[in-house]
Amino acid sequence: MKLRREEVQHIATLARLALSDEEQALYQEQLSAILEHFERLQELDTEAIAPTATVLPLRSVMRPDEPRQPSSREDILANASATEEGCFKVPAVLD
Amino acid sequence: MKLHELTIREAHDLLAAGQVSAVELTEAVLERITALDNAIKAYLTLTPEDALAQAHAADERRAAGEDTPLLGIPLAIKDILCTKGIHTTCGSRILESFIPPYDATAVARLKAAGAVLLGKTNTDEFAMGSSTENSAFFTTHNPWDLDRVPGGSSGGSAAAVAADECLGALGTDTGGSVRQPAGLCGVVGLKPTYGRVSRYGLVAFASSLDQVGMLAKDVADAAILLQAIAGHDAQDSTSLDVPVPDYCAALTDDVQGVRVGVPREYFIAGMQPEVETAVRAAIDRMADRGAEVVEVRLPHTEYAVPVYYLIAPAEASANLARYDGVRYTLRADDGGLNEMYRTTRGQGFGPEVKRRIMLGTYALSAGYYDAYYLKAQKVRTLIKADFDAAFEQVDVIVAPTSPTTAFRIGEKSDDPLQMYLSDVFTLSMNLAGICGLSVPCGFDADDMPIGLQVMGPALGEQQVLRVAFAYEQATGWHTRRPPLSNDGKRS
Repeated sequence: MKLRREEVQHIATLARLALSDEEQALYQEQLSAILEHFERLQELDTEAIAPTATVLPLRSVMRPDEPRQPSSREDILANASATEEGCFKVPAVLD
Repeated sequence: MKLHELTIREAHDLLAAGQVSAVELTEAVLERITALDNAIKAYLTLTPEDALAQAHAADERRAAGEDTPLLGIPLAIKDILCTKGIHTTCGSRILESFIPPYDATAVARLKAAGAVLLGKTNTDEFAMGSSTENSAFFTTHNPWDLDRVPGGSSGGSAAAVAADECLGALGTDTGGSVRQPAGLCGVVGLKPTYGRVSRYGLVAFASSLDQVGMLAKDVADAAILLQAIAGHDAQDSTSLDVPVPDYCAALTDDVQGVRVGVPREYFIAGMQPEVETAVRAAIDRMADRGAEVVEVRLPHTEYAVPVYYLIAPAEASANLARYDGVRYTLRADDGGLNEMYRTTRGQGFGPEVKRRIMLGTYALSAGYYDAYYLKAQKVRTLIKADFDAAFEQVDVIVAPTSPTTAFRIGEKSDDPLQMYLSDVFTLSMNLAGICGLSVPCGFDADDMPIGLQVMGPALGEQQVLRVAFAYEQATGWHTRRPPLSNDGKRS
């Protein structure tokens, strides 16, 4: 399983990761080796096996809807790099 | 015996008898940290003033008649659990200046129990690693040999316990991150059942696998720490709403008739011969004490590495999407919104985190989802079924914690696949959601500690603790301390 450079770039785009040329080359090589090792999973016949997403029994968890003091806006915004008028500030989405 | 060398139980007895105050105990441990941590580098953040204030408050509570097992006991917290008002970096540049506005439930419960929190310990970035070499800040050194890794990702907590820089510590275990460093540092590391301890305030890595665990000087201390933080939490919908038993009552020093399973898949070619010898000797020791040793099969063990390293990165790629330069500190100043996301994440994440985000994104992407992610989830079912079948025959399963003792710093850091393969004995437990611990069971020719892993079924913490406690009492490996002089140099 050899990843092509364009595939590495496509994954990086999906993951919103800026990668240098060097990083792309490194991950192309390393991810190819890792995925090749992982090919052994295909040895197993899992046609009739259900997937496990969680070890817990699937259930809806309910609780009483009781009002509580929420975190303060000030506390939450304190870790942001840019705020304005009590909101997170982001670069322009539309030009 | 010096105060910093005490176990939690021993320190509690001295505190309860009025022979030492929490302030004196805390000062002694802080002095130990000052003397040693330049060499060990276990801590990312120290909070001595807060610690002394908490110690003072604990002394007042004790003077008012309170007596609980952790009242006035100095502990350390892995820097991936949120601490209100105290930096929580997750070992990452992207959270370098993040200060949580709330405490993780596990931290809040320790505080409520009167524990003294000394600071935050080093971790591989977002708990992704087996050596602390993936910390963005520095690598922690193994107290038994400063040229070697302490294991990871809870390597800072394990090293702090081994070097007597705290009396116990919290870690987290997604694929062995409590047990493996415990094994490599010669301390006890317990991973509870998935859902036994609340994950609220544990910065998410792989949500179906993450669990808070504890590192301690002996099995009894691990039981005390578990007792303090286990139990349902309305803030975590995956926390189990089942009663918390008395874990300390399980420490009976009696394994007569306990059925101990030994899986042949955990004794593999390429493992260090001394590790196999020590673990086999430990099994013989249990048989001598009346345990019934039975061979069990866990036939899908060899698939645990690929299953884990597809599922965990896939979950991580989703969980780490939140670090987008908007809500948490670091932001690269560049172009429009999309470019800001890409650059912030490219600069803020280290190589291993990027590698896993790439791997996980690939496994979830169109055209590959069925072949990788879904396939891994199906094999996860088989791994869990192996344990279900084995625990119909036995009460606990014992095996090595790691195939080797601690490796040298830099030895594996250029080869991610080799690093992943070193986790082969710890990953399955997280995939199956069961509980287990690592307890010291000997040393290799270089005097590096060897860990024995004791695994139990879901909510089987009592039988795991009972077997490990009986073994520990019979051998005393846990009482050996690394040969450190006062400045951290090997003496």
